[in-house]
Amino acid sequence: MGHSTTLASILAAGFAMGAIYALIGITYNTMYVTSRVMSFTAGQLGMLGGVLGALFILRMGMPLVVGFVLTLLGCAVIGIITEIVAVRPVLKSLDQHLYVLSTLALALMIQQVTAIEWSTEPQAFPKLFGIGSGALDEKFWLPVLACAVAIGGLEWMQRSTLVGRAFLAVAEDNFAARALGLPERNLRIASYALAGVIGGLAGFAGGELMLAFFANGGFLSFYGFVPVALGGLGNNRGAIVGGFALGIFQQAANFLVGGIFASVAVFVVFIVVLLAAPQGLFGTSTARRV
Amino acid sequence: MTAMVGKSPATVAAAEAPKHSRAVAAAPFAVIAVVAAILPFVGNDYWAVIASRAAIYWVLVAGLNLIVGFAGQLAIGYVALLTVGAYVTSVLAAGNVLPAMPLPICFAAAAVTGAVFGVIVGLPALRLRTFYFAISTLGFATIVTQVALAWQSVTGGGIGLPGPEFPAPINTPWGFYAFCLVGAALATWTSANISHSRFGRSLVAVRDADVAAEANGISKTRLLLPIFLFGGAMAAIAGGLFATLQTYITPDAFTFDLSILFFIAILIGGRGSILGPLLGTALLTVLPEFAAPLASWSTFLYAVLLLVIVLAVPGGIAEVLDFRNRRPLVSGRAIVPKPALLSEVFVSRPAAESLTLNGIVLAFGGVRALDGLDLEIKPGEVQGLIGPNGSGKTTALNVISGYYAPQQGTGRIGNRTLPPERPELRAGLGIARTFQTPRLVGEETVLENVMIGGTIAGRASFLETMLALPRRWRDERELKSQAMRALETVGLDALADIRANRLQHSELRFIEIARALMLAPAVLLLDEPAAGLSPDEISRLGALIREISNHGTGVLLVEHHAELIFDICQHITVLNLGRVLAQGTPKEIRSHKEVVSVYLGG
Repeated sequence: MGHSTTLASILAAGFAMGAIYALIGITYNTMYVTSRVMSFTAGQLGMLGGVLGALFILRMGMPLVVGFVLTLLGCAVIGIITEIVAVRPVLKSLDQHLYVLSTLALALMIQQVTAIEWSTEPQAFPKLFGIGSGALDEKFWLPVLACAVAIGGLEWMQRSTLVGRAFLAVAEDNFAARALGLPERNLRIASYALAGVIGGLAGFAGGELMLAFFANGGFLSFYGFVPVALGGLGNNRGAIVGGFALGIFQQAANFLVGGIFASVAVFVVFIVVLLAAPQGLFGTSTARRV
Repeated sequence: MTAMVGKSPATVAAAEAPKHSRAVAAAPFAVIAVVAAILPFVGNDYWAVIASRAAIYWVLVAGLNLIVGFAGQLAIGYVALLTVGAYVTSVLAAGNVLPAMPLPICFAAAAVTGAVFGVIVGLPALRLRTFYFAISTLGFATIVTQVALAWQSVTGGGIGLPGPEFPAPINTPWGFYAFCLVGAALATWTSANISHSRFGRSLVAVRDADVAAEANGISKTRLLLPIFLFGGAMAAIAGGLFATLQTYITPDAFTFDLSILFFIAILIGGRGSILGPLLGTALLTVLPEFAAPLASWSTFLYAVLLLVIVLAVPGGIAEVLDFRNRRPLVSGRAIVPKPALLSEVFVSRPAAESLTLNGIVLAFGGVRALDGLDLEIKPGEVQGLIGPNGSGKTTALNVISGYYAPQQGTGRIGNRTLPPERPELRAGLGIARTFQTPRLVGEETVLENVMIGGTIAGRASFLETMLALPRRWRDERELKSQAMRALETVGLDALADIRANRLQHSELRFIEIARALMLAPAVLLLDEPAAGLSPDEISRLGALIREISNHGTGVLLVEHHAELIFDICQHITVLNLGRVLAQGTPKEIRSHKEVVSVYLGG
């Protein structure tokens, strides 16, 4: 393999994984801005995007478009369930961080049901279009495309729709938004459904790369949170930059020092950046305590 | 017993209560020890394996309990440290990298490795929000498994390697059980020693009242470091024992389910308890043996259990079993301080040092909350700090206490400067304070809350405390009697054994004062101490504050109660818009034209 092909494959895989991490990061952020909760279910939504896609299209033989829409719908429902079961009951006592445990419990339940009812082995994901080969294979560019679509969609929503502006208002100042009469609870539910769609999209677009595998949930929960931590909570631009940086760093480290030390390197960078810049590289400082 | 205010002399109740409660607290542990000792005579070898497993899990959970249950840090990936310990002991004992080592060295190496990784994984907890720590432990768990799988030359990859083998008589099932039992007993003893000390109380304070913890000189970093070392070492030792029990280890043996089991054992048991998590661990280890048909659903059921506990019984078994705190308290209690006892609380005379602020400027965005503030608090003086809402009174307190860093200006006490944004150093400089909203540990007793105030006076190191060496006992004895005297001084000694969250608001204010007195502070900052008090209580509070200043403490009193201010202050500073509007004696202030128009009205 020549140098240029190696570089091309590192970049292709790096951008593809980076796009998936970025989308999971946006999933975290979307849930966070309306509830101030970071939910462990973010990675499970990504996992479900792959598993549901494979279930609907390969196992049940549905047409691509139908399978795609149903996958996103399914993930949106899981997002809403997250809000009702694991988030709303603990919102009153955010300072006790019970949400860490309640969303972890729900994430584990989702993962275990998938393991038992689907499979504990990675299963094939359908080839969606069969376009491109090598570094330009669709499994590499589909996640990047999905990421671009999601960013564009969110941008459009925030600029041109009332719901999008309401999200921004709630994200900026929860109390003020409520005082203005914004339906805070409905907006929160909507944001969890939206988060489900984004997470599902990440898993569906990354299905050919990561396969339909129950253990992707925990994996994505961690690697998808890294860009959020790097970019600052609630900061989507930071998550995108952080996601792509992580993807390329990981693939390069994979190639240069091997798989074991690549994951160790990611972990070390994660800890070091967190300690050096606790608010993330693009974040703002936290609220006052006294 | 202690609820019967006024019937029995309070001092007698206080002296007897701890001895009595210590015996009661030890009884369940004795019962567990007896059951564990009988087990080999009634059970078969299979029981030995299950019981050994429970004991091994407890070695890990005992350490993790201090992190999760006491300090409230959500370490969800602790199975990773079990894995590290198991592989370090197995690899060293098998000699497939270095020459084969004797078992004590293998276990010591595992403990050291576990302690180091315990701290590395814990680093985010020292500075960041809870979720970051949770996710970093999760990430560590993911990575350890990946490394164990991929590093075939050392770990044997997916094929695995044999666990360490013990010599006779520990190589039989019951022999190994006895060995693990000794380990579990040691784990219980050391973690109990830590929990019943200034370290244990500080952990809970960091969990439930972190701002107050800092004001009392507790540095989260310095406190959590030894705890992470301890927890990591215990987890790794448990890992070595686990590898022996399994006889052969592969990465598959260390599923994330185990982490959840450890975690739930602590939550079921209840935060801040040792007995509860011990029972929880035993229960969760044994339970799956009776529910074999459900084995594949066990993780799912654990997850459901976790959700149910979090949503329905956040207090766990310990709260359900806490009968003592369900007895009704006497209603209509009066707080009658005994200021005369103050000389017994102040173990040394407060340092005669003035606190001065010079030209403090602090702006939040465009708002100048403090705009060139000068202030001096002299020893033995009660100074009132008054002004309309938003004039900067509480901000001034927060600058003195180190929660805010001023953009300009300096603060000094005596000839030492006040380091900005280092609230945990204030107690050491002789500065104590109370808060506008009392910040106490609701789940601890009144006495324990007051003892927090004397944390920096403790002399026993972490190691001495863990091993219950003489200095730990002396620390505890002295702190306890000093705290008791502080409670008598503020008039709350009869409530010493009651959980703080059962008391009335006015009582909480006096507990905070008692806690602050433990320092024999050179400067005492009181943030609206009279808010919510009855007129009688306010006049008693006034007498108490005056007596505190008579002992040489300089008092800064932020208050809206004009009567109290004019009654007890020798000097009054009036703030408006972040600047000093007027300074002088109560008489001068009362007749100051601008003060009257801006603040006093009339």
